[in-house]
Amino acid sequence: MEDRVVLTMRGITMTFPGVLALDGVDFTLRKGEIHALMGENGAGKSTLIKCLTGVYQCDSGEIHVDGMEEPVQNHSTLEAQRNGISTVYQEVNLCPNLSVMENLFVGREPVTKAGTIDRRVMLKRAQQLMEDLGLSIDVQQTLENYSLALQQMIAIARAVDMECKILILDEPTSSLDDSEVAKLFSLMRKLRDQGVGIVFVTHFLEQVYEVCDRITVLRNGLLVGEYPLSELPRVNLIAAMMGKDIDDLKEIKPESCQNNCAEPLISAEGLSHVNKIKPFDLQIRQGEVIGLTGLLGSGRSELARTIYGADKAQTGTLKVKDKKVHINHPIDAMRLGMGMLPDDRKAEGVIADLTVRENIVLGIQALRGIMNLLPMKEQCEIADRFIELLQIKTPSRETLVKQLSGGNQQKVIIARWLATNPDFLILDEPTRGIDIGTKTEIQKLIIRLADEGKGILFISSEIDEMLRTCNRLAVLRDGEKVGELQGDMTQERVMHAIAGGENV
Amino acid sequence: MNRKAIVQRSRRGMNNSNILLMITIGLFIVMYTAGSIVYADKGFDHLQTFLNILINNAGLICVACGMTCVLLTGGIDISVGALIGMVCMFMAVGIEFWGLSSPVLMILILLIGITFGLVQGLCVGYLNIQPFIVTMAGMFFARGMTAVISTQQVTIKSDEFFVMLANLKFFIPFEIGAYVNSKGRLMVPFFRLPVIIALCVLVAVFLILRYTRFGRSLYAVGGNQQSAALMGLDVKKTRMKAYMLSSFLCAIGGICYVLNTMAGTASQAAGLEMDAISSAVIGGTLLTGGVGNVIGSFFGVLINGTISSLVKTHGKLISSWSNVVTAILLCVFIVLQAVFTKLKENRKR
Amino acid sequence: MKIKRAIKKITGMQMFLPIASMLLVMAVNIIYDVSNGNAVFNFFTISLRNGVLFGRIIDILNRGSEVAILAIGMTLVVSAAAGADISVGSVMSLAGGMCCMLLAGFGNANVSQYAVPLWVGLVAGLAIACLCGAFNGYLVSYLNIQPMVATLILFSAGRAIGLLLCNSTIVYVRVPSFQFLGGYFWMLPTPIIIAAACVLVMSLILKHTALGMYIQSVGINKNAARIAGFKSRRIIFTAFVISGLCAGIAGLVATSRIYSADTNNIGLNMELDAILAVALGGNSLGGGKFRLAGSIVGAYTIQAITTTLYALGISSAQAPVFKAVIVILIVTIQSPAVTAYFERRAVAKALRANKEAMRV
Repeated sequence: MEDRVVLTMRGITMTFPGVLALDGVDFTLRKGEIHALMGENGAGKSTLIKCLTGVYQCDSGEIHVDGMEEPVQNHSTLEAQRNGISTVYQEVNLCPNLSVMENLFVGREPVTKAGTIDRRVMLKRAQQLMEDLGLSIDVQQTLENYSLALQQMIAIARAVDMECKILILDEPTSSLDDSEVAKLFSLMRKLRDQGVGIVFVTHFLEQVYEVCDRITVLRNGLLVGEYPLSELPRVNLIAAMMGKDIDDLKEIKPESCQNNCAEPLISAEGLSHVNKIKPFDLQIRQGEVIGLTGLLGSGRSELARTIYGADKAQTGTLKVKDKKVHINHPIDAMRLGMGMLPDDRKAEGVIADLTVRENIVLGIQALRGIMNLLPMKEQCEIADRFIELLQIKTPSRETLVKQLSGGNQQKVIIARWLATNPDFLILDEPTRGIDIGTKTEIQKLIIRLADEGKGILFISSEIDEMLRTCNRLAVLRDGEKVGELQGDMTQERVMHAIAGGENV
Repeated sequence: MNRKAIVQRSRRGMNNSNILLMITIGLFIVMYTAGSIVYADKGFDHLQTFLNILINNAGLICVACGMTCVLLTGGIDISVGALIGMVCMFMAVGIEFWGLSSPVLMILILLIGITFGLVQGLCVGYLNIQPFIVTMAGMFFARGMTAVISTQQVTIKSDEFFVMLANLKFFIPFEIGAYVNSKGRLMVPFFRLPVIIALCVLVAVFLILRYTRFGRSLYAVGGNQQSAALMGLDVKKTRMKAYMLSSFLCAIGGICYVLNTMAGTASQAAGLEMDAISSAVIGGTLLTGGVGNVIGSFFGVLINGTISSLVKTHGKLISSWSNVVTAILLCVFIVLQAVFTKLKENRKR
Repeated sequence: MKIKRAIKKITGMQMFLPIASMLLVMAVNIIYDVSNGNAVFNFFTISLRNGVLFGRIIDILNRGSEVAILAIGMTLVVSAAAGADISVGSVMSLAGGMCCMLLAGFGNANVSQYAVPLWVGLVAGLAIACLCGAFNGYLVSYLNIQPMVATLILFSAGRAIGLLLCNSTIVYVRVPSFQFLGGYFWMLPTPIIIAAACVLVMSLILKHTALGMYIQSVGINKNAARIAGFKSRRIIFTAFVISGLCAGIAGLVATSRIYSADTNNIGLNMELDAILAVALGGNSLGGGKFRLAGSIVGAYTIQAITTTLYALGISSAQAPVFKAVIVILIVTIQSPAVTAYFERRAVAKALRANKEAMRV
């Protein structure tokens, strides 16, 4: 591999009101390498990317792109693209209503002499491009007819065709399953061999070690360092990202499994939601943490949502404490003592423009009904109690929730549910996108709640985390519950169960 | 997953927009045929009736084309009716009171249209204000302005060139569709200048939408604004241009309108925005943006025209019936769109 | 420096916009009075004539009643659904038309006797208004149609249906008791009392129930509110029904004023006034948090503007020009682009100050 530098960023500094997001960060990308950009949430990864792609203008610092004399200062993504910097995001940024071909060429369509779009040339070039990248796609189809993974590859194809020297992949794998990820990786390797410099931003350590050549780590807006992959074992990487040892995670391993004879709290029989989750049976006992594991899209969130009534169950029966119940709406589930922390914090969790206090008392208020307003004094008491209990870092209880960090927002939602004192709590990815310190706190909290006799349904993408906290694991595959794991659970056993091939 | 599986997974989806368009064309044919059969004695089946629908709705066709472009970006423009009212009044007062010649006035009107659209477009595109609020303000502004210009009904009669244009008749060659009326005279079907203007606008907008970068960016912006921006399109400018185009076409539509009515009144073209929106929506343009074309909108206009023509032919119905029927039709199509969108989402999951 | 901070504090207050514009309008009036040789505080004088209170302030309060009533419903709709209900003007007219049609009997254009008891007409008027609200609410909440598009249907159809009910004529009901709603109660015009009662009832509801919290939560994040146990759809639906009811009350007041159902003119351009009232009240038209008091002050400010415009010799048909400009100005101030610009400037200033401090 030749060691030619295609991109250098020197001393990048960026300030937002009240926050120094980046402080003199350097970054170097070489030709034909896949370079991981790592850091916890709030480390400044996305800000750095946005400075590079012209979404933000950095306050100071220089960006040099190979082949250009002058330092580059991009003022828009368009300008960045002209300078050879293309980005593919987690959410596919294409237009679902246009054809694949048009998506490839929007904004730079081949034109005829008369200045109109030359569809024939466009078609030919699009087909050629797909062939080069080994994708068999009908380029005249509307984009929305293709799976997310393919859409992402089309986005990459677009970037590649624009003769980009620098390709930024911002968490492209978050919504892909394993086979799709593999496909994406082979495409990435192909591009690397063609000499494209790729910046790969991800949260998944496995993937970094599978595909990357080099790692740059950021922490709190500062550069920690740049390392060749072989010189940075995982433990050191995590240490670099966190700046502390993470041994205290180990302490929280629960004692032996709970007794199996405890009262069943929830028992579902044949519950299903069309196209989302096939009929399943599930029992949850008091004081038990049950984990749902499976790949993304395997139906783990959907299963939880069906129990809670966020998606109404279409078949089957649900019993709560041995009584048959009907849940048409989340509020029905809440009245039965359930609570659910949804996986998408921004879309379904916090109510951003309300204060911390209001967000915390929301659940209680919903239970009391619209006619029965919780007196202000009680609202404040409850809010203060939970801010204290969960150590929510907020200037005051009247601060708007949107001003808190991700982890603290998550705590506010947990507080909302704890305030309703539920018997059964669903936590869907409570630890996603928050820093490792808070993660540990939440895991500890889960175990404490179970000790208090509550039933917990816990969903997480990280098997480690599940193994540490759960008494029992339900395994899902392709929208179906395929089995349960209990007792001696190891990472390997769980992986096998998820991957399938044999019944558990 | 191998390649075949991928291909299979991306099975061809049903194109809901096309279905809506088919429903629209079918509806028009059914409605028109039914009208021809029921009102055959009143001459509804003559070619001239159809041409009259075109003549009367020439302005609406222009406006609906502009409206379609705005709807494609996911916006809306409810200032169109008021703007037409203002344009007609400007024309009438300009000729009768200010003594300006009609070609000069027409150029002024087109300039007014562009400026009006520019201001609205700046507010929507660059200031990011909700299109509804902006164009509603635009609507009241234009209505108020009409009253400022004049509160009377002004009839155009002193400009010979204009009167000549308005009275131009283009007869259908070879006497196709000609018939002998009750007095024994041969009636040859004809159409007027506004129809030609409207059809030119229709073809031009169709070509713009399909074969120019600007046209395709309208679709892209409507499909996903953020994506369009990240793909390097100038979203703000595109949205601004859409409103400019709408107001510009509105000005042309206003000229067609005033050629028909030969007058300016304060409440002229009241509720036209509703007709334009319903034409576009009935023609398969999604209110959420990104899907639709002007051919559909054209048929939407024809349906609207047929409804009011039927109400008129019946003779005993109050004219507000046609408003009510149009509203019901719009309501049905909006609901259909909502249902289709929901179905699509469900299928995705 | 101190003064600057004080100014910032005042302008940052939520009620700043409506109160400031109210003061501005008053100032214009005083200048106008002085220049015309009237007493300086002519605008504020209230006198007693024929046993009823009289004066420009009373006139504004009286004429502004409909807008104030509409603003109540509009505030809730804007907050919950992030879009306005533009059908209120048409619904006003429809409610009035329904009421008069029943009181006069279908097809009669001029009566001096009720065909049905008064209360039947009033209840029917309110009922059809609520029905319209429910229709809008259903489209928005259960079919997920954008509020302005959904209400556009009744915006144009409401008046047309009203015309059908009234057989395309103006229906006069010349019975004294029908004129009470738009007439006088003791010394005060009844509309003022009705508007005050509506505002009072709504503020009591907001103070003693969780409606406000429900509506704001739903307006800010519908899905999150649903997961937290609020029936989001039902809340949005309720907001539209309340808006319909308010339009109905306003429609009956407007009809009673002229003891006739003038379907083409009742509530004309009222939707603009109501939306303007909400915006002037410092509420974001993008939904979410709201303040009722702001909208109410906003509503009377609008009326003050209208009355002032009339006093300056601008006709009612021309007045929308000014209001449209005001709307655009307000939403421009509120717009993301402009707010962001001021924020950037503030940040830049803070940075400069920082640097200077470092140098010292």
